[in-house]
Amino acid sequence: MTATLEPTSVAPGGPDRQDGKPAVAARLRSALRVLISPKYGPVLITLALFVLLFIVGGVRYTNFFSAQVLLNLFVDNAYLIVLAVGMTFVILTGGIDLSVGAVVALSGMIAASLLQAGWGPEVVIPLILVLTSVLGLLVGLMIHVFDVQPFIATLAAMFLARGLCYVISQSSISITDPTFVQLAVTRIPLGGGASITPSVIIAVVVVAIAVWVLHRTRFGRTVYALGGSEQSGMLMGLPVARTKVLVYVVSGFCSGLAGVLFTFYTLSGYPLTAIGTELDAIAAVVIGGTLLTGGYGFVLGSVLGVLVLGLIQTIISFEGTLSSWWTKIFIGALLLVFIILQRVLTTRRR
Amino acid sequence: MTDTAPVVEMRGISIEFPGVKALDGVDFRMFAGEVHSLMGENGAGKSTLIKALTGVYGIDGGTIVLGSEEVSFSGPAQAQAAGISTVYQEVNLLPNLSVAENIMLGREPRRFGSIDWRATRRRAAELLAGLNLEIDPTSLLGDHSLAVQQLVAIARAMDINARVLILDEPTSSLDADEVAELFRVIRSLKEQGVAILFVSHFLDQVYEIADRLTVLRNGRLVGEYRTEEILRIDLVQKMIGKELASLDDLEKRSRAVVEGDEDARAARFLDAEGIGRKGKVQPVDLPIAEGEVVGLAGLLGSGRTEVARLIGGIDRPDSGSIELRGDGVKLRTPRQAIAHRIAYSSENRRDEGIVGDLSVRDNIVLALQADRGWFRPIPKKRQEELAQSYIQALNIRPADPNALVRNLSGGNQQKVLLARWLAIAPRLLILDEPTRGIDIGAKAEIQKLVVNLAENGMSVLFISAELEEVLRLSHRVAVMRDRRMVADLVNDGLGVEELMALIAEGSGDEDNPGEAASASPTPPAGPAPADPEGALR
Repeated sequence: MTATLEPTSVAPGGPDRQDGKPAVAARLRSALRVLISPKYGPVLITLALFVLLFIVGGVRYTNFFSAQVLLNLFVDNAYLIVLAVGMTFVILTGGIDLSVGAVVALSGMIAASLLQAGWGPEVVIPLILVLTSVLGLLVGLMIHVFDVQPFIATLAAMFLARGLCYVISQSSISITDPTFVQLAVTRIPLGGGASITPSVIIAVVVVAIAVWVLHRTRFGRTVYALGGSEQSGMLMGLPVARTKVLVYVVSGFCSGLAGVLFTFYTLSGYPLTAIGTELDAIAAVVIGGTLLTGGYGFVLGSVLGVLVLGLIQTIISFEGTLSSWWTKIFIGALLLVFIILQRVLTTRRR
Repeated sequence: MTDTAPVVEMRGISIEFPGVKALDGVDFRMFAGEVHSLMGENGAGKSTLIKALTGVYGIDGGTIVLGSEEVSFSGPAQAQAAGISTVYQEVNLLPNLSVAENIMLGREPRRFGSIDWRATRRRAAELLAGLNLEIDPTSLLGDHSLAVQQLVAIARAMDINARVLILDEPTSSLDADEVAELFRVIRSLKEQGVAILFVSHFLDQVYEIADRLTVLRNGRLVGEYRTEEILRIDLVQKMIGKELASLDDLEKRSRAVVEGDEDARAARFLDAEGIGRKGKVQPVDLPIAEGEVVGLAGLLGSGRTEVARLIGGIDRPDSGSIELRGDGVKLRTPRQAIAHRIAYSSENRRDEGIVGDLSVRDNIVLALQADRGWFRPIPKKRQEELAQSYIQALNIRPADPNALVRNLSGGNQQKVLLARWLAIAPRLLILDEPTRGIDIGAKAEIQKLVVNLAENGMSVLFISAELEEVLRLSHRVAVMRDRRMVADLVNDGLGVEELMALIAEGSGDEDNPGEAASASPTPPAGPAPADPEGALR
């Protein structure tokens, strides 16, 4: 791609297909069209933002430009990536899931208490995934059968899950199970002194599966269809009801898995963990270019959203003098910009 | 042809809704390679019958035989699987997905559980080619005009190897070229042996395309006829069940007004000079006298709605000025327009007009209440009186002020909307397509009302796609073409052909006549809409 002053040059490897034949002007115009389309625009802007932030960090701080800083974004946010994947499914249908943070805490509590009671991790982890999926199923059914607003249904699930945490224990339970400890301390070297954790691999696998499901299966395409118009999807003979319920199962499963990954990271269960994490996940999905009204967005965009959030956090910790609350302020501002961007891109077309 | 067995035979179909018998023992059949038109007023049961056939509604009585076996569908998916496809009035596709996906969604070819995108696109391209459409299958559906989307919907229907294709009001938002294109596609499908159900309010179109007609009235079957064997006037009589004399009568009265008191109408109410908006409509002059009905004629997208919106205070003009009785005024918001007693009734009844979840009464008092301010509520009793009087005056059915407007037929919703604006006692009433998609009975009533209002001194700006209607009601007709006003004529025995010629070619040689054919509705967006690669034509 020709490097010019046009903003289009920020899209190396962007998903647009370039033929290479037409004149430069025509190519620029089509690239510009991609940039302002609600499908690719926001995600490309997020990519540009990520690159920009990374360069800014590298210029300002020594030791910033390293593979490990980049990889640590994955290491520290593996659970958030998994959460964002589930949230992407839900938001693509035009729904929302506020329960994920509480479910992360709940699965941590279940893991810690059952491990303490002497259950093996090979039983505990599948059990957690089944339980959180079932919770997602119930939420989905509530939304579909009783036509409850997703906001309300998942809010109820959030309180339920958070409450159950306290039923299990009022205080923190530490995890001493050797498998968990092993998973927490294992570092997989990637050469050059850089390394990742098993959680990162799990997160990457989840992302890969999600990409495949969304783009290569009928279920995935129906998720997009729901976000476009539920009514149309129904009249086109698509399995609207099943899909609508299933996205909450996916989100429940991802929350459970994220909870497990989070315990690998903290080696404890605590009823107050992950408060507000659902909002981080939503922020990541929105910054990653998924429209809150559904229908447009990519899982990889959400991953990018998580990385941008992580990068902001990293920069602020490198800065040293700033309070970590500045992270929230930056994320808030960013979110605002992206939501306005969404409005602009979608209203342009009507 | 009649000797062959029908593809679809519905016998004695009955459907009941709470309190209403929507269909009562209706018979209906369709033959392969035939276009069958379902006729009737709004509320006659056309939509209900279609939904029974497509599995959206279950039937309470009767049988549906498809081919040779009796079927009962529990949803649209089943009906589609059996070869019955429907294209609805509001194209029910997904603007956020590609054309190819919209055609193939739910039936994408798969390899090892994965959707095979290449095969999907190939199949979609084949189907589009089968309909002679040059559309890039990878382009987003939302980038295309409504007409193209409709054809894509038909392409989708054809992929199911539909034996029966149902087109529910497919032409209501298409212009003449697009209708021709649609008819070409319908004829080619007919040759392939598809049975087509075509529903439209436009009699011309029905007579052009349909081989057979079934007329419904009030949920009952009136009869089935071959198109060439029934005269229009007889058909209309069967549909509305009453004499059409009222329409002729109306025409005479309206004409009398035109020829009669010229000076009585001389007082100008509104004088718009050079009002326009970039990218929407070129500056136009439009004076409207008191008690005058000004018709605005033109194709869809010609700028007729845009002019109305400028005067109604919906959009702000970026040039020109508006005077009311000689005083310059600014109409920046609908509120300001209403304060000057100018009411705009939108063409988009459902989204910009009625509030479906409110009652008839609440809908009627809405504008009046807003105008009074919310701190001075209209007393319940007064609301009741208002609602009752308008329900009677406009003959709104059901005559129940507490009925939810969402449950009313299109014609009655339009009347409720009219009542809402009449309640504020407007001096200028702007009616944008008030008779679109409503039955002939209601249409005649609304037309009569317009004439009566004008006789009582109200000015009316009347927009309609039906030229006969514009000519019947208007004292003056302004013609729009390509977002420009090309003529402003006194309706002194104007003919449809004359008007048609103006719409097609403009008033003179000021611009190249070749443009006439391209007056299709490029959506009135910004100056350079992101046009899709390879749209229709």
